[in-house]
Amino acid sequence: MLSPVKTAVLLAPALAVMTVAGLIPLAIVAFYSVHDTFAGNAFIFVGLEWYRQLLATPEFWASLGRSLAFALLALAIQIPLGLAVALKMPSSGWLSGALIVLFALPLLTPAIVVGYLWKVMSLEGAGLLPFAAGLFGGRWDMNAVATSWATLALMDAWHWTGLVVLLCTAGLRAIPDDHYRAARIDGASRYAVFRHIQLPKLKQVLLIAILLRFMDAFMVYTEPVVVTRGGPGVSTTFLSHELVQTATIQFDLGEGGAMSVLYLLIVLAVSWAVFRVIMPRPERSDA
Amino acid sequence: MTPRHPPLLPLLFAAFIAIPVYWLVTMSFKTNGEIFGGLTPFPAAPTLDNYRVIFSDPDWWMGYVHAAAYAGLNAVIAVSVAVPAAYALSRGGFRGTRALLFGLLAFRMMAPAILLIPFVEIFTRAQLMDTYLAVALAHCFFNVPLAIWILEGFISAVPRELDETAALDGHSTGRFLIRILVPQIAPGIAVTAFFCFLFSWVEFLLANALTVIDIKPIGAIMTRLGGVMTADVAVFSAASVIGLLPGLVLILAVRKHLARGFSLGRVT
Repeated sequence: MLSPVKTAVLLAPALAVMTVAGLIPLAIVAFYSVHDTFAGNAFIFVGLEWYRQLLATPEFWASLGRSLAFALLALAIQIPLGLAVALKMPSSGWLSGALIVLFALPLLTPAIVVGYLWKVMSLEGAGLLPFAAGLFGGRWDMNAVATSWATLALMDAWHWTGLVVLLCTAGLRAIPDDHYRAARIDGASRYAVFRHIQLPKLKQVLLIAILLRFMDAFMVYTEPVVVTRGGPGVSTTFLSHELVQTATIQFDLGEGGAMSVLYLLIVLAVSWAVFRVIMPRPERSDA
Repeated sequence: MTPRHPPLLPLLFAAFIAIPVYWLVTMSFKTNGEIFGGLTPFPAAPTLDNYRVIFSDPDWWMGYVHAAAYAGLNAVIAVSVAVPAAYALSRGGFRGTRALLFGLLAFRMMAPAILLIPFVEIFTRAQLMDTYLAVALAHCFFNVPLAIWILEGFISAVPRELDETAALDGHSTGRFLIRILVPQIAPGIAVTAFFCFLFSWVEFLLANALTVIDIKPIGAIMTRLGGVMTADVAVFSAASVIGLLPGLVLILAVRKHLARGFSLGRVT
């Protein structure tokens, strides 16, 4: 057990960095959200006026809805797909290692490269998607809302499904062989093994995967901005994009601040859900 | 649970991941004429011209140097402050441990867009805009929490007897951390530093907004031409292929710890 003074000294550097790079920026955002300003010089306290305005803005609700829809679409595709792939993964050998390396590659690809790749993938005259659509006599028309969403959904599945595979594979490998042997002796069916041995062990890993994927998809920015630039119209303008536009292009600090604070509340809610999963009680349980 | 038949679904999924990557790589060895002249599985006349463009123009290749510089600086800052903090959280048992861990987690999950405007404001006032330090510090909001969480897992696996023996031998806490704990968890520190570097390397929104002219990272150079990123597909494909390489190196180096890096050390 460390003394309180030692604990404070050990934590101080990290807390100092987090204050500069986290708490102060958040305090500034909160300050903007309750003040009006002319060109960032004089600030006038306006209370909750910006929040009232924001909540009455259809664009805000629309972009929030699109972000939610995109996050749920990402989950609906990537969680079942990732889990299914993990369940069929070879348990060892060179193939398993090679597959893991391949699946991890998109996870560590710069956001801008992911965006660029899928922009060119959907490019008329050069891209694979228009070519594939052409094989079936169709067109990959990025001016159509459905095609733009399909491109982004494919892109996000390409980018992040590997994470679900990675986590589920690690979770499955943590199950001792004895469990499977016992199940075989009992003559358990493939489904029974999944339902009673694999799923309970995977529950926590899957919850972590769901929450991480939800959060990242919910705050996606760079990739859709590069691929569709929020279009056609505003059909793929998600919350982060809307926020950046409000704050930097319209230079609307108050409304941007209010939007940031509401965004922050959602982040806190999801983080709390994650926290409850990974730290269920004061005594740490093994992941 | 070894399947006796070939793992069909993983192989199909592998094709879905690999085909776009393969296609990107082939484009980087093609001319724009060939790229827009119809789909060809291999470059008809493989050319290194696209890579030559990048490596002969400092405006291009310095973009990688800048990104590597702030990402490296970020990894150094994040790991240095995270080691003592993770040790305190692992051993301290002080009140507020859970609150602190939750606060860190919330920052790890934070959307960079939320912090964009205040970062510009802060670094402009501190006259740090367009410096490596600005981007490295900004990226700390997600990498310091990540580093603390991952390292806490590694440190908790070190038996407490080691602390006690060191104390009996007359080591101060500081000496113990540097001389005994750090060598013990060296693999964990390497894994953590790698991940911090890469998560800084892949970020775009803040890296772009906090750089103006001098240290524009590669991603910002790619978007410099705005919406016309497709103006020179061949060169941009080469630039993208180079952008993939650090990730590939990391994956090969820490492939046993990949799940850890993406789950705050909770899935090992």
